[in-house]
Amino acid sequence: MTHASATQHHTSMGLDNRKMAFWAFIGSECLLFGSLISTYLVYKGRSVVGPYPNQILNIPFTSVSTFDLLMSSLMMVLALAAVQRGDMKWGKIWLFSTALLGLVFLGGQVIEFSEFVNKGLTISTNLFGCTFFVLTGTHGAHVTVGVLWLLTLWVRALQGKLGPANAMTVEITGLYWHFVDVVWIVIFTVVYLIQ
Amino acid sequence: MSDARGLASWLTTTDHKRIGLLYFWTALAFFLIGGIEALFIRAQLAQPNGRLVSAETYNQLFTMHGTTMIFLALMPLGASFFNYMVPLQIGARDVAFPRLNAFSYWVFLFGGLFLNASWFVGPLFHAGILNVAPNGGWFGYANLTERQYSPGPNIDFWVLGLQILGISSLAAGFNFIVTILNMRAPGMKMMRLPVFTWMTLVTQFLIITAFPVITVGLAFLIFDRFFGTHFYVREAGATPILWQHLFWLFGHPEVYILILPAMGVVSDVLPTFSRKPLFGYPVVVYSGVLIGLMSWGVWSHHMFAVGLGPIADSVFAATTMLIAVPTGVKIFNWIATLWGGDIRGTTALHFAVGFIAMFIIGGLSGVTHASPPTDLQQTDSYYVVAHIHYVFFGGTIFGLFAGIYYWWPKMTGRLLDETLGKTHFWLQFIGMNLAFFPMHLIGLLGMPRRVYTYAPELGVGSLNLVSTLGAFLIALSILIFLVNLWRTRTRGRPAPNDPWGGATLEWSIPSPPPVYNFSVIPTITSRLPRWTTERHGPMRDPPATPPEPIHVPGGSWWPLIAAFGLPVLALAPLTHTLWVAFAGAALLLLGVYRWAFEPFEV
Amino acid sequence: MTETSHTEEHQHPTADVYLRVGAVLVILTVLEVGVFYVPAFHTVLVPVLLVLSATKFALVVMFYMHLKADSKFFTFLFGVPLLLAVGVMVALLFLFFGALTLRGAAG
Repeated sequence: MTHASATQHHTSMGLDNRKMAFWAFIGSECLLFGSLISTYLVYKGRSVVGPYPNQILNIPFTSVSTFDLLMSSLMMVLALAAVQRGDMKWGKIWLFSTALLGLVFLGGQVIEFSEFVNKGLTISTNLFGCTFFVLTGTHGAHVTVGVLWLLTLWVRALQGKLGPANAMTVEITGLYWHFVDVVWIVIFTVVYLIQ
Repeated sequence: MSDARGLASWLTTTDHKRIGLLYFWTALAFFLIGGIEALFIRAQLAQPNGRLVSAETYNQLFTMHGTTMIFLALMPLGASFFNYMVPLQIGARDVAFPRLNAFSYWVFLFGGLFLNASWFVGPLFHAGILNVAPNGGWFGYANLTERQYSPGPNIDFWVLGLQILGISSLAAGFNFIVTILNMRAPGMKMMRLPVFTWMTLVTQFLIITAFPVITVGLAFLIFDRFFGTHFYVREAGATPILWQHLFWLFGHPEVYILILPAMGVVSDVLPTFSRKPLFGYPVVVYSGVLIGLMSWGVWSHHMFAVGLGPIADSVFAATTMLIAVPTGVKIFNWIATLWGGDIRGTTALHFAVGFIAMFIIGGLSGVTHASPPTDLQQTDSYYVVAHIHYVFFGGTIFGLFAGIYYWWPKMTGRLLDETLGKTHFWLQFIGMNLAFFPMHLIGLLGMPRRVYTYAPELGVGSLNLVSTLGAFLIALSILIFLVNLWRTRTRGRPAPNDPWGGATLEWSIPSPPPVYNFSVIPTITSRLPRWTTERHGPMRDPPATPPEPIHVPGGSWWPLIAAFGLPVLALAPLTHTLWVAFAGAALLLLGVYRWAFEPFEV
Repeated sequence: MTETSHTEEHQHPTADVYLRVGAVLVILTVLEVGVFYVPAFHTVLVPVLLVLSATKFALVVMFYMHLKADSKFFTFLFGVPLLLAVGVMVALLFLFFGALTLRGAAG
């Protein structure tokens, strides 16, 4: 991928432009998810009608999703390691596995959401529904973008257009993917486990 | 691409200087629109029981005046200087991500057009023209903005428009952070950066942290209005106070997003025209950083009237009084810079000194709101309107005008006329004090803000008339400014590289700069590279012609196309049409993908 | 394709380290869910869960996102907004409940 990455001369801080921009972006995302999680917390226990979190959240099911997302993060770093050492065969395999586990997570979210709707919790039922669906939905949207991004890299790799020279692109994709993972670590604790 | 002309070369440009000019002209146009709205407001209030406009129209006027001035005029005017000047001040050939820069501009343009289209599209929503513009104030307090109380598309335009504009600011934020930190010329250490560039950096950090919060607040409102959620609905157990928190968590940093660039301009203009280095450069820089940090801890002073309780009130009163300290420090540094200087009274200096004077008044009236008991007397009255205008007009706009008179020759190669400039300054200075000072009294005498008229018994008729006269005086001064701009096309004196004897890098290259900016990237050895200091002689300016050919990046259509996806996406909820959403998303995706994979040699 | 920085500012950990961190993450997740189901832990559930999830967070950020070995400046770019976000959350909880309660109004 040729991205608008500055000029040939060295950067003032010796750091890659895109990577720096991306860390700033992740910092910005902290405030986005921070606001969403804060809202979830300040509205916790203020719903005037049910269903309430403890009646509906499925811990075993979500634990599996959490495990799935953690494993996808592992696949992602393995993909990066493979691309960095020029092993594009495994690079492709790990990239695809990461995307696949991301898809599994999204599938899980679809199942979870439909089940909640069947049990009478929609986005407009109560405050729990509003805050829960918007928070986890925003996270899910991030996962979706990540999956598209990973699949794009995978296709580029299949076409032979992604090699060790693009390790930085893979690393940045990884930063995004891991960030989405740590957000889920927080959501899993704050939303699911602390009820 | 370099010196290409024609429409396409502007639509595809990734040159930071052209993008800076695009920002300038677009922001100026929106500034005039916002100003005309202000004139309608003042004409309506010129005397009691005014009936120039209806209450409904008045609500739209003051909402669009505030929204336009803050998001479409002041922020992008600042952005115009970030774009044009920051790469020049740090000795770079462009920003870190030229295409992202173009994207930011186009998103801003489309967001501004989207918001302002609301004036004319009433008939499409079975309403009259001038009927569906946003009407909930620039702060859009919930739950007034809920569908139940604002059923029309007015608030939809506002909430979707602001969401689009946020994307523009965020993209520019990441870009300029990387540019300033990573694209500096050799030897340009952080503590050698011009203060304008430093304040730009602090501003960008505020933007990338504050805008996500308003994005979330607006997203909740979008969900409430379109998808039946209850984020701000009391009956569902929620509280509209959440909106106030999210809005002011963003809103107070936003105040500094608007003022810090102006402070930066003034910190560059004063030394040039006093022929003295800025007094206490590190203190000015650190004060700016401190203001940025502290701006995150004062938001609830906008909410004293909510009744947050004695502890919260005390904490926020204390932090608010504290934030005045670094601001005050800067003011003393500016005054000390002038002290004993070899002062040249150019128009730019007039505006910079005007900034200091007006900002002191605005800052002091700000400190008076820091005390909850007095704030309760002032809140929602014209006193607050007076304060905000001393800060944003007396502060930001005076600072930005200082920047325009200072940098216009660099940006266009022509000097503005000084006589017209000083006439502009004095009329604007007198006009603004006539317009806004009486508002302190009008407010303390009991006139609430945001009302479309008032009774003669309130006894504020003559004060309001003075205020209106002041507003039209400002309009006259702006007219003179426009004439001055127009004159430079044919009659402006051609500007040499450095018409002012400036110390910073932008003055070492031709006016306007060639497309590659620096024929040779300079090496910096001091904070004032072009001046003789105790230890350094002035730098040698880069040669007029580059010793070796310089590769300049070509243009790209894709930022424009990706940006166009956003207003299309925003049309989907407005028109309740799903395929429009798909069309918008498709445009965005197409733009982003082609952008990512097009060969763009830098 | 021109990479701006040719000086790799850090050495990435090996696959071995990645796998071991992965194993710890799994164990911590199992612990989290386990703690949730053990009634004895109920009184200290919130602090225990917070510590566990903060540990997982830190592990991913330090090893998978390489902040441990990478430029400290990235830690700064990430850490300051993260602290701001946490600060905002704590402040809002105090403003809404007068206390730091993660169990909400009912808790």
